[in-house]
Parts: sequence; C-alpha cells; structure tokens
Amino acid sequence: MIVAQRKTIPDLLEIVKNHKKILVLGCGTCVTVCLAGGQREVSIIASALRMAAKLKGLPLEVEELTIERQCDNVFIEQAAEAIERNDAVLSLGCGAGVQAIAERYTSKAVYAGLDTAFIGILEERGVWAEKCAACGVCVLHQYGGICPVTRCAKHMLNGPCGSSREDRCEVNPARQCAWQLIYKRLKEIGQLDRLKEIKPPKNWSLGQDGGYRTIVREDHRI
Amino acid sequence: MKPEVFEPKIVAFCCHYCAYSSADLAGSMRIQYPPNVRIIRTPCTGRLETEYFMKAFENGADGVLVAGCLEGGCHFVEGNLCAKRRVNYTKDLLEEIGMEKERLRMVNVSAAMARPLADIIIDMVETVRKLGPSPIKLNGSSKQEGRQ
Repeated sequence: MIVAQRKTIPDLLEIVKNHKKILVLGCGTCVTVCLAGGQREVSIIASALRMAAKLKGLPLEVEELTIERQCDNVFIEQAAEAIERNDAVLSLGCGAGVQAIAERYTSKAVYAGLDTAFIGILEERGVWAEKCAACGVCVLHQYGGICPVTRCAKHMLNGPCGSSREDRCEVNPARQCAWQLIYKRLKEIGQLDRLKEIKPPKNWSLGQDGGYRTIVREDHRI
Repeated sequence: MKPEVFEPKIVAFCCHYCAYSSADLAGSMRIQYPPNVRIIRTPCTGRLETEYFMKAFENGADGVLVAGCLEGGCHFVEGNLCAKRRVNYTKDLLEEIGMEKERLRMVNVSAAMARPLADIIIDMVETVRKLGPSPIKLNGSSKQEGRQ
C-alpha cells in the first residue's frame, strides 16, 4: 500500500488560511490502512483545524467527508456536491488522490494534507516500512523476494557492499543489511547459485528519472 | 463585590471496571469532589479514540480527564495502555494547535481508590482553573458540519 503521514497542524493552517470554507476529504483505501487519511483522521484533523483557526481568529468552516477511493473517478463523483459548496479541498489522499481530485475539479483549489512517503507494509503495530521503489522492472525473483533496490541503502544489484557490520547496514545500523537477508533467504530456498550470476546494469530509464510513466493496455481501451 | 471564580468544565472519561467504580465508591463513602467534572462511563479507556478528546475540547471542555485501571490491572488486559498512547498523541496535537497540553490528563486508579480519585479530580480542577477558560470557548462557539 501507499504509506503517508499527515502534515503538522500549523502547516495545514498555513496552506488553507486564505479560504473560509474548506472540505477535508479523506480516502478509504491505502491512507486509511496506514492511519493517515481515513475517516477517523479526517475527523481529528478537521477538529484540530477548527480549533487552531479559532485560536488564530481565522474564520474557517471545515466540512468532513471520506470517500472510498480518491484516485478513481467513479468514487470521486460522490464528493462532487461537497466540493461544490466549499472554497477549497484539503485532500488526505496520497499524491495520486490529490491530483485526481484537482484534475476533476479544475475551478477548485485542491491541497495535499499528507506527505506521501512510500510503497510499503505494516511491519509491526504502528511501524510501516518501505518495500518497493516502483523502479519499473521488478527483480525480486532473482533475490529471494527481498528487494535490493529498495532495501539496500546503496541499491546494489551485485552485493553485498562489504561494509555491513554483523547483519546491520553501515548507512543506518538500525536497519538490517538487505544483502544479509537475501543470502539467508536464497539459502533457505536452495537458490544460492543465483548469487554467482553477475547482474548487468539495471534499466533505470523505466524508473522515475525520465518523467512520469504511463502504462497503456490496448485491449482495455475504448 | 466578590470577584467571580472561574469554574472549569471537565469531561472525565472513566472506565467501567475501575475509575467509574471508584467514583461510585466515593459517593457511597460520602467523599466530596468538585462538581466541575462530568463523568462519562466507558467500557474501557481502550475504547477512547483521539477524536473523542478532540471533540470534547472542540465543544467547549476546559479540561479532559481520562481515568483507567492501574497499569497491569486492565479488565481488557491492555486497554489502558492503548489509551495512554492516544492521550500522549492528543497532547502533542493540542500543542500543535496552540493549546496547553495540561488540559488533558490520564490517570490510573483501582476500583478501591475513592479518596485518591477525589484528590486527582481536585488537583485537575485546580490545574485547569489556573490555566483559565478554554481558548476555544473564548473565541466563539464550535460548529460542526456535514460529517459523513
């Protein structure tokens, strides 16, 4: 899922301070699961904004709404009326959700209430970790299901680097060395011979460096 | 003329098994505590979410007291520990907003601690009295709209 975290209340107030009526719009998908932008967080952030505005003497009315998915036109429609009656939208969706709303409602100011961080999973209660860098060409099959692009600080495809201490990464000892994990996992599944293959340089042009990416499925186009 | 003393309104969320019982016991034992607290009985403080505290403040509470079982003595094992983390999170949020975090307090009492609970309430009332009325209340009434 996409993992995000909320901006601070002073930051949010600064973003919306020129508006009198705003809609705090939550998303019921990834950001609900990572406890950043679901119905509960909408309620908390809306309350906090109302109180913070009052303390600063700003006339701010805040409406709350959460839709199932902000990155999908079918669901965005459900927010149409609420968006219409407000001056601006403070979206608690991920970056994709914010932009989807902004593209659909061109005359409204749409702001991001969250900082979208990464694609990751819940590792333990209250802890999320990045697992995928969306690099465009997945190499997980070669590394026992552990991604060196995301989890190795040096993105090494032919690791390890030689500076790990015990099983800790030299860049941040709080993290496990991805290559240690890869070795253990490949040994466990009897595929250690994969480490003997020298991997050629990865095609990074399919990653984020060439601007935004699109996928076209002709069989689904109308 | 006698100067008017500020009487704070404090919402006290009390868990059914310990804090509410000890408030009940305080009544049976004729132990006095200030009438400034409005007690709300909850099945467990673990039931309380951040938004409950926020709504209480938004709707004009001068202070919020969360009273759960003693740590290790929760009827639902760790509900009071969940509440403790949420209270701490809300305190940080209050600071971000610009309110004094002392307006929110979590305490732990057993069902037999009637006197200590009364003392806690007295102390909480005095703390909030010193802080003064909630700045939210001073800046006009709250208004909630169109919540889904």
